[in-house]
Amino acid sequence: MPAPLLRVDGLEVALASTGATIIEEVSLSLEPGETLGVVGESGSGKSVLALTVMGLLPRALARTRGNIQLGGDELTTLSPDAWRDRRGRDMAMIFQEPMTALNPVMRVGHQVEEVLMNRRGMSAGDARRRATALFERVEIPEPARRLAAFPHELSGGMRQRVMITIALAAEPRLLIADEPTTALDVTIQAQILDLLRDLQKERGLALLLITHDLGVIAEITDRVLVLYAGRVAEVAPARLIFDAPAHPYTRALLASRPALTGPRDRLVSIEGAVPSVGAMPPGCRFAPRCSFAIGPCMTAPPALIACAERHAAACVRVGELG
Amino acid sequence: MLGFLTRRLAGAFLVLLLVSVLSFGIIWLVPGDPAAVFLDAGATPDQVERLRRELGLDKPLAMQVVEWYSRILKGDLGRSILLSRGVTEAIIERLPVTLSLAGISLVLSVVAGVAAGMVAATKHGQPVDQAVMAGALFGLSIPEFWLGLVLIVVFAVQLGVLPTGGFVPPTESITGWIRSITLPAIALAVVHMGFIARMTRAALLEVLSQDFIRTADSKGLTRLHILLRHGLPNALIPILTVTGIVAGSLLGGTVIIEQVFSIPGVGRLIIGAILSRDFPVIQGGLLFVALVYLTINLLVDICYAIVDPRVRLE
Amino acid sequence: MTAEAVLDLSHPPSKPFRETLARLLGHRSFVIGGFLVLIVLIIALTADLIAPFDPLRNAARVRLRAPDSVYWFGTDHFGRDILSRVIHGARISLIIGGATVLMTGLFGTLIGAVAGFFRPLDNPIMRLMDALMAFPAILLALTVAAVLGASVVNVIIALSIATAPHTARIVRASVLVIRELEFVEAARALGASEARILLRHVLVNALGPLIVRLTYVFAIAILAEAALSFIGVGPPPPAPSFGNIIANGRDFMVVAPWITIFPGLAIIVTVLGLNLLGDALRDVLDPRMKV
Repeated sequence: MPAPLLRVDGLEVALASTGATIIEEVSLSLEPGETLGVVGESGSGKSVLALTVMGLLPRALARTRGNIQLGGDELTTLSPDAWRDRRGRDMAMIFQEPMTALNPVMRVGHQVEEVLMNRRGMSAGDARRRATALFERVEIPEPARRLAAFPHELSGGMRQRVMITIALAAEPRLLIADEPTTALDVTIQAQILDLLRDLQKERGLALLLITHDLGVIAEITDRVLVLYAGRVAEVAPARLIFDAPAHPYTRALLASRPALTGPRDRLVSIEGAVPSVGAMPPGCRFAPRCSFAIGPCMTAPPALIACAERHAAACVRVGELG
Repeated sequence: MLGFLTRRLAGAFLVLLLVSVLSFGIIWLVPGDPAAVFLDAGATPDQVERLRRELGLDKPLAMQVVEWYSRILKGDLGRSILLSRGVTEAIIERLPVTLSLAGISLVLSVVAGVAAGMVAATKHGQPVDQAVMAGALFGLSIPEFWLGLVLIVVFAVQLGVLPTGGFVPPTESITGWIRSITLPAIALAVVHMGFIARMTRAALLEVLSQDFIRTADSKGLTRLHILLRHGLPNALIPILTVTGIVAGSLLGGTVIIEQVFSIPGVGRLIIGAILSRDFPVIQGGLLFVALVYLTINLLVDICYAIVDPRVRLE
Repeated sequence: MTAEAVLDLSHPPSKPFRETLARLLGHRSFVIGGFLVLIVLIIALTADLIAPFDPLRNAARVRLRAPDSVYWFGTDHFGRDILSRVIHGARISLIIGGATVLMTGLFGTLIGAVAGFFRPLDNPIMRLMDALMAFPAILLALTVAAVLGASVVNVIIALSIATAPHTARIVRASVLVIRELEFVEAARALGASEARILLRHVLVNALGPLIVRLTYVFAIAILAEAALSFIGVGPPPPAPSFGNIIANGRDFMVVAPWITIFPGLAIIVTVLGLNLLGDALRDVLDPRMKV
């Protein structure tokens, strides 16, 4: 088994203002060439997890504890500038909203080229040639002409392709994609996912894919981490998540999932709501919504219990429920 | 882009038509007969009548307006009663003085104001930010003519390092020109610096909270690079807007400051005319200043389109 | 941001007065600004009681006295006590500023509301306002005051003409946003007459930006009055407005700078207080405005 590229250990993120935790005891590992899906409802802390790994969470707003290692190097002890230097080159991120994530007054070509020039030391000419080639690779038609376009002149799908180009420009080993297809039309979603999967294979990228969409998970991930209210509910190979879900929350997610052929929409049909930050139940955070909850569930958050190889769930009744 | 320009030009032209009526109409505000007001109580009815004819006040109102338009379209702003010379010439002659003063103040205000605003925005909430903002607000609260007087006393009278007033044309002596224009330019700039600093800070804070800044951050670009290449260009529209406003306000400010520092510019010409009720100069001066202001704003509009590609589409 | 601003506006009238006041009182700028303005206001109101001398009293013996224990701010070339003149000047300057605020508030609101509510009048009215705003405010005020003749009332008229157009524009903008919102539609559907809609709903909601603007107008008026007096078209001397005292002192800047310095500081304190108030009011009442 290759050494993990990304290793997150006991991560805790708390609001600086109130001390309320957004993420607690989250651990994960990701190998080169592997795709890990992080799935959860909105409010589960999955975007915060992504931003924390990138070091993009404003330090004035949040306090972080725990370890984040990239290629064996500890990131959490780095100075802000040293962490900044790892971004772009070692790890990059794709955001959900390709309209607002691109600078509206800068030509998209330049938004790619500035990465190549500033992060890979390329000359302007080399950067331009490389950007053109990258545009070609992500299947942007007429790449030379599109380099000169402003974001508002491109469609949503094209903008997300530009975003992918930007993320991959400096050849990072870790790519984090936060809901990369959510803002796009259904037909475009599939194209972008295919593109991401191809690029990941081609470059041996470690891909951390954040989504609320189990369809996306089924399509391209190797393993899945289910996040609920800031804690890991279950972690398993993608196949097992669908075939043998161990955590009641995962089951509820699967049950609430629309038919595969139907539109992929937000997960809404589990009764109740994710508890809000600062108002977490003392025990298992899913207990108030869980139909299997028993006494011990109310007192302390359950630890992850292994139920098969590379498969664990944070539920005291893991063995009983089948 | 061309459509955008045409629309802006048409709008500006309409406003200019109204501006010229207002400039001309200032004479209608005079309680009583403008000619008599100019000449004071000592004048004979004969003298008053002659001046009325000279000013065209003996003609019907509609006729006066028509004549005014036909004159100004030829660039003729009339004849000064007091100076017995053309208003246009008098303004043109003094224009370089005023423009150099206003121009240098504008550069000072924009450079210092934008820099201060950027520092404040990047240090948001920190003591530096609070100090800059307190300074900007204080600057906004100082009467510029009073600041001019204080600067004269300190730097010209007490320290004796700069002249108390007057103007040296740059064609005569560059250092003399710089020395003569330093204090008035500073007096004018302080207020506007504060204004621009506040606007720049607000605009940048808004921009820096946007998603594409986070994208730039995820690229690992340096903070300075992000500020200069991503933050500032997106904050330019509000900064440009405020620069346009400041340019107009500086035009008004020069009128007072030229008086404080005895600088023979357009402002002083207009003040002299206002105090002596030299109506053709008042009318022509008002129209001219408004024309300059409208031109500046048209330039600002064009800059919008250059700075922000989205504006061209509107 | 704009989406939030619109959302914010979609249910505005319910914000209770009490809550707004509490937020204002918790705002540092409001407390400091309010304190400064209150002090100036009290001084202006009690000028007759607290001024140590008659501001118009000439005393040849004490001409151009530097500040000392009797004449705290010194005296001018007529031997008049500068402290007393500044105290009475606060009264005149505040009257001019206050009256300008009232006039501008009244006419600016009227013009802006008419333009915003009656579509056919919008363009002509606003182009006229644009034309007025093409003149630098101070030059416009100066010219109007001079042409009308120097008097307190004419200064107020001149300052109002110079500040009303921008105020009208702000009111119009608020009216345009608010009149499209649901609760105005609802009021219309319930059968309220146009005039009542205009007054009750729209103006109440345009009030925030208007109050903010008028606070700044107060500051602008104090500064402009001083400039007008300095040029010689302000309230006629010997009335001691802030501007008049500075204008008097100009010829004695070298030998008696205190005549000029102290009224200038008084202006700064007053205007600073008003600007602080304006900033706080803007933060609380009108989150859309930035500067």
